[in-house]
Amino acid sequence: MVSLIPKKLLLKMYTTMLRIRSFETKVAELFAEGKIPGLYHLSIGQEAIPAGACLALEKGDYLVSHHRGHGHMIGVGLQMSKMFAELFGRETGYNRGRGGSMHLADFDRNILGANGIVGAGIAIANGSGLSAKLRKTKQITICFFGDGASQEGSFHEGLNLAAIWKLPVIFLCENNQYAFSYPSRLGCPVGVATRAMAYGIPGMKVDGNDPVAVYGVVKKAANRARKGEGPTLIEAITYRWRGHWEGDPDQHEEIYRPRQEINEWLKKDPILRFREKLLRLGILTETIDKRIKKNIETEVEKSVKWAESSPYPDPKEMDKDVFATMRVILE
Amino acid sequence: MKEITYRDAIREAIQEEMERDETVFIMGEDVGVYGNIFGITKGFIEKFGKERVRDTPLSETAILGCAVGAAMTGLRPIAEIMYVDFTGVCFDQIINQAAKMRFMSGGKIKVPLVIRTNGMGAGFQAAAQHSQCLEALFMHIPGIKVVLPSTPYDAKGLLKTSIRDDDPVIYLEHKLLYFTKGLIPEEEYTIPLGIADIKRIGDDITVIATQAMIHKVLKVAETFAKKGIEIEVIDPRTLYPLDVRTILDSVKKTGKVLIVTEECKFGGSGAEIAAIIAEKAFNHLKAPIGRIGAPNIPVPFSPPLEEFYIPSERKIEETIQNILKHSN
Ligand SMILES: Cc1ncc(C[n+]2csc(CCOP(=O)(O)OP(=O)(O)O)c2C)c(N)n1
Ligand SMILES: [Mg+2]
Repeated sequence: MVSLIPKKLLLKMYTTMLRIRSFETKVAELFAEGKIPGLYHLSIGQEAIPAGACLALEKGDYLVSHHRGHGHMIGVGLQMSKMFAELFGRETGYNRGRGGSMHLADFDRNILGANGIVGAGIAIANGSGLSAKLRKTKQITICFFGDGASQEGSFHEGLNLAAIWKLPVIFLCENNQYAFSYPSRLGCPVGVATRAMAYGIPGMKVDGNDPVAVYGVVKKAANRARKGEGPTLIEAITYRWRGHWEGDPDQHEEIYRPRQEINEWLKKDPILRFREKLLRLGILTETIDKRIKKNIETEVEKSVKWAESSPYPDPKEMDKDVFATMRVILE
Repeated sequence: MKEITYRDAIREAIQEEMERDETVFIMGEDVGVYGNIFGITKGFIEKFGKERVRDTPLSETAILGCAVGAAMTGLRPIAEIMYVDFTGVCFDQIINQAAKMRFMSGGKIKVPLVIRTNGMGAGFQAAAQHSQCLEALFMHIPGIKVVLPSTPYDAKGLLKTSIRDDDPVIYLEHKLLYFTKGLIPEEEYTIPLGIADIKRIGDDITVIATQAMIHKVLKVAETFAKKGIEIEVIDPRTLYPLDVRTILDSVKKTGKVLIVTEECKFGGSGAEIAAIIAEKAFNHLKAPIGRIGAPNIPVPFSPPLEEFYIPSERKIEETIQNILKHSN
């Protein structure tokens, strides 16, 4: 598989993974220091999925994300600076400080948004899928969600609708083993991908810590969707390294995740694994690696600085943002 | 008396009722092994076992539907929906099922169910889908009782009553209050639903408030007291049934009234209270009824926006000042 992918793309995958990790490591730091407010769900350890999946998309494709969505945003090329600005609650952020981490979106790029309600995006993705189908564009929609979301009614209703209407949607479940404290082995013992059978659509299970494997299945699902053959369900197996949200005590003391399990998964670090592979294949050298990391470090630093020095939004301006057709009274 | 947090008062109520009555059980997301996101049910599995302390999948409709069915067949479920915003996912089970079963059966069945939600209210920069105050939605539905405590004392007494009540109750917990402290009796007590609490006695103006706003109003009342102005502060504690009598008695005494709620003012619970006062005590009013609530916008994330959004002590103070300007 690796040999079929251009070198440049492999390096981009690697860089994307590193950018996601650096961004989120910084988020954790800023949050711990009390510099950014809000709720933070980090995807450290899961970077291979957005890196592989987003690079398999075409320009103009739609993306629907969920609460753990920073990686998807970076994967499709949102700017770190405007993402940080949003987390700092500034006017220059992607949502002009209205949304924060759980609602990041970029409608100029057809990124329809993260979401604070688990499972909600699955139903919405059908809408952009139907829209593209009726407008006869070749756009597809990729919808990211967690194993927990596959326990919601919206998953089952959404997949059924997508299947019977043959909507051009890829449902990509990031099975990181837990929905908050609830293990996916209890919540969906048959496995998420297996459920595709019930709707008569292809279900594929993939190593979610291997960006190339993810790229491969998403490419396949995208081709199918673009040809009008309908949706695909992908289950990417991975692990969340951090607590459910920043501040989850399970990060530091064992509450629901056995420490040995965490340690086993830390050994499967998707970034280190990919780095070694690229070094072995001669695609990456230590010098290039250093340069990439240095660039990202600078990017993060500059972005945070810019975000932090950006102005806060004016509360008096909120009256314009509720409706498209009228202002509300801000009394 | 002993000092306790709002969080622990809720915990004690559930624990005592589970010890008292074997038909009481609790289910919801992260209530078992994790012990609830605020630690309310920590240690409950060890005490009561996994059958009665049930971790559920992420399936709000299944949780509530299951609770309705169990309540109809002899159990007393406490169903937890993490944040009140998520009741949107399972609204049918609340408004069409739980609330209507008894009436539709010709009064033949009862649904002794408590729906608890952890996450009412703003102030955590949790943004539009994790910060709402939705009490007005529920009080509009006939067949469901609406409880919203503001202190540890009220939280415990009202929850015990809610669990023993033979009707569906939605019990709304405010996330900003969990770690506030207050005194409660060592011995067992309950508080009937539908009885308001006068949190402070005064003759000059009546201020009716709920949950987090009660605490702001009490602070403001302190500062007015120093100027010799005595504010009567009323916490309805339950919106349905609503203690109309306590409210009207106070308004008749003071002739002036302000209603302060954190929810969006438009179409809110404060609107119903204001309408009842206008209807039933119009001749006693010496000034127009004042009303403070959030503007009609989704809760914003950014701190300065959220601060602007949540009713402030300053606004409460100014509004009271303006109402007091009307001569007696
Ligand atoms: C409808 C709804 N229920 C519950 C929650 C609270 N909550 C947020 S994320 C989460 C777990 C989600 O698990 P999963 O879908 O596996 O995604 P992950 O967090 O593991 O990435 C829960 C319970 C919510 N936001 N929305
Ligand atoms: Mg998960």
